[in-house]
Amino acid sequence: MTSAVSILPDAQLAVLNDAYRAAVARKRLRMTLAAAAFCAALIVAAVGAEVNLRTLFKFFGNFLSYFDRIFTLEDGTRVWTNPVEWFWGWRKWLWMLGETILISYVGTLMGAVLAFALNFFAAQNTSPAPWLRFTVRRLLEFARTVPGIVFALIFVIAFGLGPMAGVLAIAIHSTGALGKLFSEIVENADMKPVEGVRSTGASWLSCMRFAVLPQVSAGYASYALLRFEINVREASVMGFVGAGGIGQELVVAIRKFYYSDVSAILVTIIITVFIIDIGTGWMRGRLFGKEARA
Amino acid sequence: MSQLPKPDREQLRAKYPDVFARPASARLATPAMLIVAFAIFVFGLVNLDFSPTKLFAGLHQLGWITVMMIPPDPGSSLPIYLSALGETLSIALLGTTLAAVLAFPVSLLAARNIIPSNFIRFPVRRFLDSIRGVDTLIWALVWINVVGLGPFAGVLAIAVSDFGAFGKLFSEAIEAADRKQVEGIRASGGNALHEIRFGLIPQVLPVIAGQVLYFIESNTRSATIIGIVGAGGIGLQLAEQIRVLEWQKVSFLILMILVAVAAIDWISTKLRFAIIGQRAVA
Repeated sequence: MTSAVSILPDAQLAVLNDAYRAAVARKRLRMTLAAAAFCAALIVAAVGAEVNLRTLFKFFGNFLSYFDRIFTLEDGTRVWTNPVEWFWGWRKWLWMLGETILISYVGTLMGAVLAFALNFFAAQNTSPAPWLRFTVRRLLEFARTVPGIVFALIFVIAFGLGPMAGVLAIAIHSTGALGKLFSEIVENADMKPVEGVRSTGASWLSCMRFAVLPQVSAGYASYALLRFEINVREASVMGFVGAGGIGQELVVAIRKFYYSDVSAILVTIIITVFIIDIGTGWMRGRLFGKEARA
Repeated sequence: MSQLPKPDREQLRAKYPDVFARPASARLATPAMLIVAFAIFVFGLVNLDFSPTKLFAGLHQLGWITVMMIPPDPGSSLPIYLSALGETLSIALLGTTLAAVLAFPVSLLAARNIIPSNFIRFPVRRFLDSIRGVDTLIWALVWINVVGLGPFAGVLAIAVSDFGAFGKLFSEAIEAADRKQVEGIRASGGNALHEIRFGLIPQVLPVIAGQVLYFIESNTRSATIIGIVGAGGIGLQLAEQIRVLEWQKVSFLILMILVAVAAIDWISTKLRFAIIGQRAVA
């Protein structure tokens, strides 16, 4: 069986080939230029950050040996051969970890409630007035862009050292992040129920309560859970600036070179984060599962 | 005018028992959940030493701080702040690039369509997860112990913590890639490396480039805060000025950060559109 591939006459083929080569050359030139610009930016940045590759390789060995040290007990044995010695402070650490989770829980809930109160004003389809929408959006943007730990630094001075500053910092940051996500859910909501409710003469509040809220509440809960997960991580470092939680213990251990403590606290943090990831993942699955069935 | 037929309630009730008489467990689930959530909230407030007096005293103090922040004023340190901002941007750029370069080969190991074996994939994924479980600030502290104070520790901290995130995102991008191109390469006699180079990379590169740009953007934010623990950049200045209560400088620094983040956002959005086209916004 033979099959003939039709080949164009040479003249026609040459034109097409030239066009193809020109197109490829243009693309390559663009790629090269982009790569060159990127490399130039990298070099400028490397000078700015006092980096060079030789030091990187030199220090990479130190990095590995640091991990070697944090997994070694004071008597020179590996940590996992003596877990009792390794987790000698587990009572205190678990207590601090509990505080960390509470900080993120209370902070997330406050942030979610505030975001809930603000998001209907920020969404394009439900906002009562354009100026209100603009103000609320800028406010949320500000709360979102300033890092949580900067708020914590300022709040520690205003409210004093302790978990309260951490909670409020997390609450403000979560308000910004959740407010944006919530308002995006509302913008995606179906507007027909709203028209239906409004046609019965209902007020703006009733429209939100009976037409929008039933559509969006599962999405809200899902995002709030996701935020909780992120906030646990965030709360674990709030202690660095004195705003409560396990971070306080960790920063002491790292700064004072209590090597095995560092690894023990890190391991407890990582395990907690895993458990919370899995737990919230399961809950979100259930929430969305219920929604899909309804 | 025609009248709607009168609904036969009994029949409807028999047909949809769940709608007319929802079981108590379904009716009580939401309020019960709300009550439990609220109870934990109250327990948390008590446990974390919240008190109205403390709150109002703090808010009063915060009000004062806000008043003292106006107008933002850098004093005579503007050149220092500008160079610190440059340092922050450098940290973000270098850290993200380093992370992406290191993460790409590892992400191949974590992708199901490259490595079908669970024995390799599972540990690699857990390894990446553990790295992501540790916050950038913690990595910064660790690196400061290793390489000393300064921006270099910041670069490495961002590189390591993003390494975990990139590994996961890249491997997902690779798993989402189309098999057909890869099979085409194999059919024409390419080996495994050719399959990756010509079948896979052209598909995933735009996605990856978009993600890297997005991370450079979000790392500008992270890079501002790792200075707080001493890893260089504008965060160092910010933490210092907060500690010595120079509020006008603090507000100026915060404004600088906001403007820089907005500018990087804008640039990277433009670049992302240029790379992946208007339709698919990652």
